[in-house]
Amino acid sequence: MPGKLKAKIVAGRHLPVMDRASDLTDAFVEVKFGNTTFKTDVFPKSLNPQWNSEWFKFEVDDEDLQDEPLQITVLDHDTYSANDAIGKVYIDIDPLLSCEAATVISGWFPIYDTIHGIRGEINVLVKVDLFNDLNRFRQSSCGVKFFCTTSIPRCYRVALVHGFVEELVVNEDPEYQWIDRIRTPRASNEARQRLISLMSGELQRKIGLKVLEMGGNAVVGYLQCFDLEGESGLVVRAIGTACTLDKLSPGTDSKEPVFSEDPPHPLSGPPTPLRTLPSSSPPPFSPSKPCSRQSSSSDTDLSLTPRIGKTSPPSSPSPPLSAPFLIPSQKLTEFPIFTLTCFPPGFLVHVGGVVSTRSVKLLDRIHNPDEPETRDAWWEEIRQEIKSHAKALGCHAVVGYSESTSICEEVCILSASGTAAMLNPRFMREGCLDTGGSDHSCGFVHIPYDEFNMPFPAQLTYCYHCRRQKVPDVLFTTIDLPAEAEVTGKGCLIQARLCRTKKKAQGEVNATSISNLLPFMEYELHTQLMNKLKLRSMNALFGLRIQISVGENMLLGLASATGVYLSALPAPGGIQIAGKTPSDLSYDQHISTMQKRIDDTIAKNKELYNIHPPECIEEVVGSPIPDRQRSSRLFRSTSESSDELSELDLSHGKKDAFVLEIDDTDAVEDIQSLLTDAPIPAGFYSCNTEVMPGIYNWTSGLQMFTSVRVYRLSNANLTNQGLNKIFTDLCENLLKSLYFKLRSMIPCCLCHLNFTVAVPEEELIQVRGHTYLKIELCVFVCFPGSGENEEQLQFSMELFSSSERCSPLPEGRSRSLRSTRSLPCGAPVTVVKMTPLSFLPGTRIVKYLGIINMFFIRETTSLREEGGVSGFLHSFIAEVFAMVRAHVAALGGNALVSYSMKECVFMENPNKNQAQCLINVSGDAVIFIRESDQEAIPPLLSSRQTSSTGADGTT
Amino acid sequence: MSMELDVFVGNTTIMDMEVYQLWLDGLTVSDAVKVRMDEGALLECEANAEVLTSDTMDQFRTFQMCERLLHSPTKLGSQLLYQIPAQNQRILIERYYEFDSVFAREVLGKKLSKGTKKDLDDISCKTGITLKSCRRQFDNFKRVFKVVEELKGPLVENIQRHFLLSDTLARDYAAIVFFANSRFETGKRKLQYLSFQDFAFCAGQLISYWTVGAVDSMMEDMDVDLEKEFLHELKDLKVLVNDKDMMDQHKILVCAALRGKIKVYKLMEVNFKNLSRALINLASKLTHTKDVRDLFIDLVEKFIEPCRYDRWTVAEITLFLTHYTNAAHCLGTFRYQMIWDRYMGVIKSCILQMYHE
Repeated sequence: MPGKLKAKIVAGRHLPVMDRASDLTDAFVEVKFGNTTFKTDVFPKSLNPQWNSEWFKFEVDDEDLQDEPLQITVLDHDTYSANDAIGKVYIDIDPLLSCEAATVISGWFPIYDTIHGIRGEINVLVKVDLFNDLNRFRQSSCGVKFFCTTSIPRCYRVALVHGFVEELVVNEDPEYQWIDRIRTPRASNEARQRLISLMSGELQRKIGLKVLEMGGNAVVGYLQCFDLEGESGLVVRAIGTACTLDKLSPGTDSKEPVFSEDPPHPLSGPPTPLRTLPSSSPPPFSPSKPCSRQSSSSDTDLSLTPRIGKTSPPSSPSPPLSAPFLIPSQKLTEFPIFTLTCFPPGFLVHVGGVVSTRSVKLLDRIHNPDEPETRDAWWEEIRQEIKSHAKALGCHAVVGYSESTSICEEVCILSASGTAAMLNPRFMREGCLDTGGSDHSCGFVHIPYDEFNMPFPAQLTYCYHCRRQKVPDVLFTTIDLPAEAEVTGKGCLIQARLCRTKKKAQGEVNATSISNLLPFMEYELHTQLMNKLKLRSMNALFGLRIQISVGENMLLGLASATGVYLSALPAPGGIQIAGKTPSDLSYDQHISTMQKRIDDTIAKNKELYNIHPPECIEEVVGSPIPDRQRSSRLFRSTSESSDELSELDLSHGKKDAFVLEIDDTDAVEDIQSLLTDAPIPAGFYSCNTEVMPGIYNWTSGLQMFTSVRVYRLSNANLTNQGLNKIFTDLCENLLKSLYFKLRSMIPCCLCHLNFTVAVPEEELIQVRGHTYLKIELCVFVCFPGSGENEEQLQFSMELFSSSERCSPLPEGRSRSLRSTRSLPCGAPVTVVKMTPLSFLPGTRIVKYLGIINMFFIRETTSLREEGGVSGFLHSFIAEVFAMVRAHVAALGGNALVSYSMKECVFMENPNKNQAQCLINVSGDAVIFIRESDQEAIPPLLSSRQTSSTGADGTT
Repeated sequence: MSMELDVFVGNTTIMDMEVYQLWLDGLTVSDAVKVRMDEGALLECEANAEVLTSDTMDQFRTFQMCERLLHSPTKLGSQLLYQIPAQNQRILIERYYEFDSVFAREVLGKKLSKGTKKDLDDISCKTGITLKSCRRQFDNFKRVFKVVEELKGPLVENIQRHFLLSDTLARDYAAIVFFANSRFETGKRKLQYLSFQDFAFCAGQLISYWTVGAVDSMMEDMDVDLEKEFLHELKDLKVLVNDKDMMDQHKILVCAALRGKIKVYKLMEVNFKNLSRALINLASKLTHTKDVRDLFIDLVEKFIEPCRYDRWTVAEITLFLTHYTNAAHCLGTFRYQMIWDRYMGVIKSCILQMYHE
């Protein structure tokens, strides 16, 4: 009996009128945990009842404590008929199980009903007495801290990184059980909510156990996802990075929070992979193993075919991990994958490039929920493949790793992507230390693979920073810009969008056609990205996220990343247009106009993003291949110079990045899309990473928004090109709407802009996105676009008004922010900030209170009355935000960081006047305080700044 | 190909106050888009019509969803659904309860009932204010009225406490509630020239000096009704016209004070008794509800119109009323100084407000 859960129901307010006759309500509350239920007295005839109940005590196993939510039901007492439910509150008590997180949950919670939405509020007090029995403790996994944040949480230092943890649980979806035909929608929704809550509790506990086994005490970068597989069931899966974290004592809080201040080791200490690795471990795989940073697509086709069948063997045997990797633990296989995207300086030694894998599966009914082997095996295969890709790039680890799925009927695309990297082994071992050199360094861009045995064709030059090591000409990664990277100019959001039609099909045929399409899509997305990158005179992409969604008759690809100019990489060449029929004079003219437009755009972009690399130096030192020559050389060789390696044909090297052949209708389209990408209005910046490269003076004003759009495509006879245009217009229009809405907040930066697309049913496309805001100046022009199609998008964004060096409240932007702790009932509502970033600019996070992971279902049978689909979804999202805020506030927090809306599934049936929506949100509840002037800049930012601030040294 | 769904939700609800005004004015989305285009919204951020429509729809929906909360503004501060900065909350509430004085003028003194609500169509046509906006304003009046009607204590403060309105706006509402409660006649043709502000000012005077709350400021006060006792005592003032000596004396005193000071002296001298009688009779009749209702029409018919006929200036009326009031104090036999001052103070300021040259 290792725990005692205590709950007290204090009061209610703003309750709905349940008794028409008296316009009042006779409310009482049921408090349920596991199978035990308590009831309060009925508080008659009031909309603001004061129950002031006794403490209800539940004596429970800590296993249950982790799995089960506390369920509070508010009901209206009815003497003659059945009591009517007003609504429910589910409280996850997990944060109370860790001594470092919250100690009490106390506050007003919105009472939520899946049919009516929020109906009043209830004030609840919850505590847990854990019996401190260490043995017991180990049986469950109470005390393991979870963080959604994909960097080392502020106010902790990492003592040891243990590596990858994953878990997966499956169950039948209550929505598809036979009983669903006879129960009410409310009962069905509640069963589903409860089941998912239970499953995610169980999942978290199981992962916690694994972490304890590994000797860790925390999971960072915890990413939990639901796969609603319909008939075949419900999968909840999670990945994360197990770590041992030490809490920084309050005194040292203001110091560089990420790691300890132990004296830096002399470089000779442990064997640095910096030199030893590339030479000592030539990639054992022939370059045929794909995963170039150039084209992450080529890998797909290699592995796809064998996967389609349900019993396919793993495409590659899992080889033991490369020897030079210095982990003394036996957990080698679990080791090299990290869900983190942001690392302490010195952690990344080299970065190879993006590795990704997709696999198409046919879903089958989950026969035995206790044996989730099939799904496990699928993911295991994918991870093995990712690892082998990384290995081919000469890397021993994958960072910035994430997994996703897209499901349409019985076809499911599993995707995983990450960035191949070499890590500093010191972080994996007990007592990892500060690596010192947090200044700008160029090490991470140096190639990890062998120069003479490259896994793919690339142009290597000597690093523009140190002049000693080789670097590639472009670098694609899924991680955030490392703090030590030196950037020229500013970054910007780069998106590639693609639509491909496919025939409607069933089963294996469908899966095959999808998997045949995938490599082409990836290739095209990649080409688009590359062209857009060149057009902006940039040479690296960070935070790359490629999403491929499957619909009944089309596939959608959306790649987003933040482009930057890394000073250590060579300057990108321009874009050349080539025509194949030079005889035609007017045609030539057309081409030269095009070429001029492109050149102009590049020049303009250089101004806009302030990219002025010191060009002279490159000539002096004499890089092997000067850029201008290179581009022209490639231009000539464009026609049929196939690469030596036929396997890589798909990726075409990078000549496409430079030369666009206009004969090709695709190319015309490409050029059009290049040039019609709407420029960002003056005063706006956008990126999809945590911080905007090149902008450092952030204020603490911030805002988070979610936007969802759904378009309906009128007819299915659309061509690929037509679809592409529509899709691009949709995304552009969405951004345009966003800029317009936020025009009063200029200058601002949309950070962590996160688009999600989905094709919910035939003819519908959904786009979802997350955004963010920041500052500075910029000028540009805009093309009007006409959108059609269906799209869903949500973003979160933050707003930073410009200021020299953020004084506590720069401009009168009274985006009210109070560092109030938990306010008891009656007091004004605590302002709770939400952000998809892992920090709040201009503030300091002093405490992590626990993970928030909530799942809600909302259904209506009176869609028109609720303002149609838009009205329905608008209020639902507002309700979800309100419930998240309430939970954060009840834990004593004032912000939710690393917020993400992982799932937003919307279904409607206008004929029946019905709609249903599912939303899953997560994040870390924290307490933050405003920094004083001096400390106003988050360490991560300051350390990136050049000598100008020196904040690094002073903090 | 159509946009099926388009929402934009912020953790902090952001609202464009210009769009809010359009919504309050009862415009449809397409009309509002037109207005915004005419105002040059498209020039900002390279927007296009589609962007503008989407933004307008979105904002309108947000306001519509908040409207429920605006009906009880105190809830807006404690609700959890929308995180709205305090300052914006204030603006939202204030603007929601602001009204067109032209509209208020039409409704003033009418019973705030369903019947009146049916007439809103006519008022909408007459004033050019959209029906939707008329309904909102009418419902606001009714809501405020219902809440404060039975409350004890100062009217303005009650309104402020329950509706979190600014002082000025709360005073205007106090006037509306006061008029609706006492059902003063304001609709007669002869009163048409008076604006809402004129009446609001008079209402303020009546509330401040003639209600129970005016004399003793105990918590138990009722501000909505005129003090019965006072109205009863006003009968005593009749002595000023009934007692011939006193009336003559009064006239002599006033004439002495005004001689040479006003251009209309002659006419004043001739009309003094009529004017004085009008004011005193008005006072003595106020015990009857019917006559209370006719207070303003009586003032206009019996006093303001004759003066206007004789082309008095406001300055002259001010002088006259000042001396007329003061002179009564010098009448040795006149014992009702307190009542007199309380009565004349209000009457004087009302007349001055209502006298448009």
